Amino acid sequence: MNDMEHGQGHIVEAAILLKVWGALLALTGLLVGASLVSPTLAVAAMLTLTPIKAWLVLYYFMHIKYEGPLLRGMVLIALSVLVIFIGMMFLDLAFR
Amino acid sequence: MSYLDRQGQGGLSSWIFSTDHKRVSLLYLTLMTVFFWVAVGIGIAMRLKHLSGSDFLISARTYNALFTVHGVIMVFLFVIPGLPAVFGNFFLPVLIGAKDVSFPRLNLLSWWLFLTGACLALLSLFTGPGAPDTGWTFYVPFSLRTGTNVSLAVFAAFVLGFSSILTGINFITTVHRMRCEGMTWHRMPLFVWAIYSTGWIQVLATPIIGITLLLVILERAFGIGVFDPARGGDPVLYQHLFWIYSHPAVYIMIVPAMGAITEIIPTFARRCIFGYKAIAYSSLAIAGLGSLVWAHHMFTSGMADLANIIFSLLTFLVAVPSAIKVFNWTATLYKGSTDMQPAMLYALTFVFLFAIGGLTGVMQGALGLNVHLHDTYWIVGHFHYVMFGGTGFAFFAALLYWFPKMFGRQYDPKPAYAAWVLMFLGFNMLYGSFMVLGYMGMPRRYFAHLPQFHSLHLAATIGSWALVSGLAVLFGNFLIALKRGAPAESNPWGGKTLEWTLPSPPAAENFHTPPVVTEAPYSYNPKARA
Amino acid sequence: MSEAVHSDYQGAKIGMWLFLFTELMLFGGLFLLYSAYRMLHPEEFHHASQELNAVIGVANTLVLLTSSLFIAMALTAVQQGRHEAGGRWAALCAGLGGLFLVNKGFEWAAKFHHGIYPGSSLVKAMPPGEGLFFGLYFTMTGLHALHVLIGVILLAVVALLVKRGRVRQGDCVLLENSGLYWHLVDVIWIFLLPLFYLAA
Repeated sequence: MNDMEHGQGHIVEAAILLKVWGALLALTGLLVGASLVSPTLAVAAMLTLTPIKAWLVLYYFMHIKYEGPLLRGMVLIALSVLVIFIGMMFLDLAFR
Repeated sequence: MSYLDRQGQGGLSSWIFSTDHKRVSLLYLTLMTVFFWVAVGIGIAMRLKHLSGSDFLISARTYNALFTVHGVIMVFLFVIPGLPAVFGNFFLPVLIGAKDVSFPRLNLLSWWLFLTGACLALLSLFTGPGAPDTGWTFYVPFSLRTGTNVSLAVFAAFVLGFSSILTGINFITTVHRMRCEGMTWHRMPLFVWAIYSTGWIQVLATPIIGITLLLVILERAFGIGVFDPARGGDPVLYQHLFWIYSHPAVYIMIVPAMGAITEIIPTFARRCIFGYKAIAYSSLAIAGLGSLVWAHHMFTSGMADLANIIFSLLTFLVAVPSAIKVFNWTATLYKGSTDMQPAMLYALTFVFLFAIGGLTGVMQGALGLNVHLHDTYWIVGHFHYVMFGGTGFAFFAALLYWFPKMFGRQYDPKPAYAAWVLMFLGFNMLYGSFMVLGYMGMPRRYFAHLPQFHSLHLAATIGSWALVSGLAVLFGNFLIALKRGAPAESNPWGGKTLEWTLPSPPAAENFHTPPVVTEAPYSYNPKARA
Repeated sequence: MSEAVHSDYQGAKIGMWLFLFTELMLFGGLFLLYSAYRMLHPEEFHHASQELNAVIGVANTLVLLTSSLFIAMALTAVQQGRHEAGGRWAALCAGLGGLFLVNKGFEWAAKFHHGIYPGSSLVKAMPPGEGLFFGLYFTMTGLHALHVLIGVILLAVVALLVKRGRVRQGDCVLLENSGLYWHLVDVIWIFLLPLFYLAA
């Protein structure tokens, strides 16, 4: 095989990882707090904060920030397909 | 030393534990051929039953089991793995100038999972409370209520799906990582594009059926209530989940078939493929659009009107990329010097039969007509035109095309022509009658039929005999060639892709020195390319 | 030959990501069902989720988020050549995964104790939609727990391999891929928390 290809990926500094972890904990706190205030706020928090948390994990812990266009594109395709599947199912369910 | 020569200790274990993609391909071929014939036998039995309108040979219960098992075996053990597992495994690495797939051991694991799933499927027929009788779709609520061995059959399909997923992962990675020097994306043979597109459907759609089937098992075991109306569940959601996979699965079946046809036509027309990029990207377009049309199986299930209309529109649209391919194949033939070898004859038959299957599919996509045709023999006829006339004939065409390369033996063309006559006549008699029957109102999966349908049922049954005779001639001819065929040349058809640069059969490591590609495939008419 | 193939770092990672997509779609089917049924039975879902123990749900969230940090730290350490630290982080991550499972065990045991389990007479007697909620709850958290279990075993093995020097700087794609798997399990839990435990 091609030896020019290096055998490991980008190194993410421990300090960045710790910051992301802190942000994740903070967002979890906000999420729990919102759920205690009112059901409406709980749903709003769920729909906004949860994707942000997932995005943080994906972006930093899973190194998508540091990957090339190929992997990023693949992830985008997979996520879009799932969203489209769910969305198109609601074309039926929401308009019955 | 060819890959077929004795390796190591030799014997069975040098095959079933081999990670050589070519040996894995033959493992699939062997297993699939066996199951194909089992399902053919079941199909013949069902046709024999319809020699009479009522009780004849087979009880109603057995009949239900027969069409279920026929469907499950043909779908999950023949057409879905069909071209990717056999020809994809063998020729994908060769066509891109690679030594093997990206993950050879994973590839072997896929086959073992396939074997396991196949055994579980067989087990579900002969153990427990009896063979499943739900039809291959396992629709709820019946699949939850029936006392037959549904859980095991469904689990078998789950395992087979896992096998299919691993194959898809392997092929996508292989195309990205294993192309030889100079093999740019737009120099890849179109079969590779087809296998690549198929890989994406396998990866993204198959898990949905996996979880759906698991839910059926959980529902049967524990009564979790997800599809049970009494508990607030919605059976239509089962249909959504089922078809989110199973419609794209149709394209898992047909896209690699189209890819194989795209290899065969330029070779025997001695012409560069017309519209390379259009064919390549139409494979991707089919994979994408084809994933968004699933609910056209559910127009009579009580969906919202808005959903019906949108899915109907998308169904019409998905015909476009398929049509692009058909037009390009036709344009490739134009002014070609056609050599009507058996492989070419079968490939052109594919185009003809697939066009019938595809166009009738567009008809069914119309909401009004769908109400009339849904769940009739029309549908059965339609999908046999696509799955058998399409994928089946493409499988045979691919086998006729690549047989000398795979086995290093040449077959006698005459029986292959004779088989074609029998199969072509038998096929149209059988499934053509089905379409007329369905249009007249004969519902599918019915054990008995009314007297006015009898003559067409009789014609269909007689057609099935011709069809199966043709199949027997075709396969018998291959078996004879395996035993006594003359040694094949390295390039018997004058092909221009990389597999024809190798000896027949290829060496274990494929290429002694990694090839370097300098031009697009199918370079028959260099002037036309400029 | 297969050695040469396996040294393809990018290839191994593409393969892993493709596998993760299949996991995503596997859970995606369940998320689809959840969203559909929550739309059909909003009141019942709200009511049923009050039965769940939000404290244990949040606690397990903290455990998983931290474990995700640990495995990311493990990768960074090994990439930088600090193998001992890397092995330790990986082992700690596996330990936290185990802790998650213990919590989950207590949580489920409490539910069973109250007669709430799939197919129990209590669940069957619930109004339509509520029993469904618990069906989904057990299926989704159960399938997730199964993935955690597989992850714990995987990470324990990887930690051992790091310790033995089989996974090391410049050759650590196994650790990276196991980490990717673990993070995905974490992401799925990130969604499960508000869907089930905070839905009341």
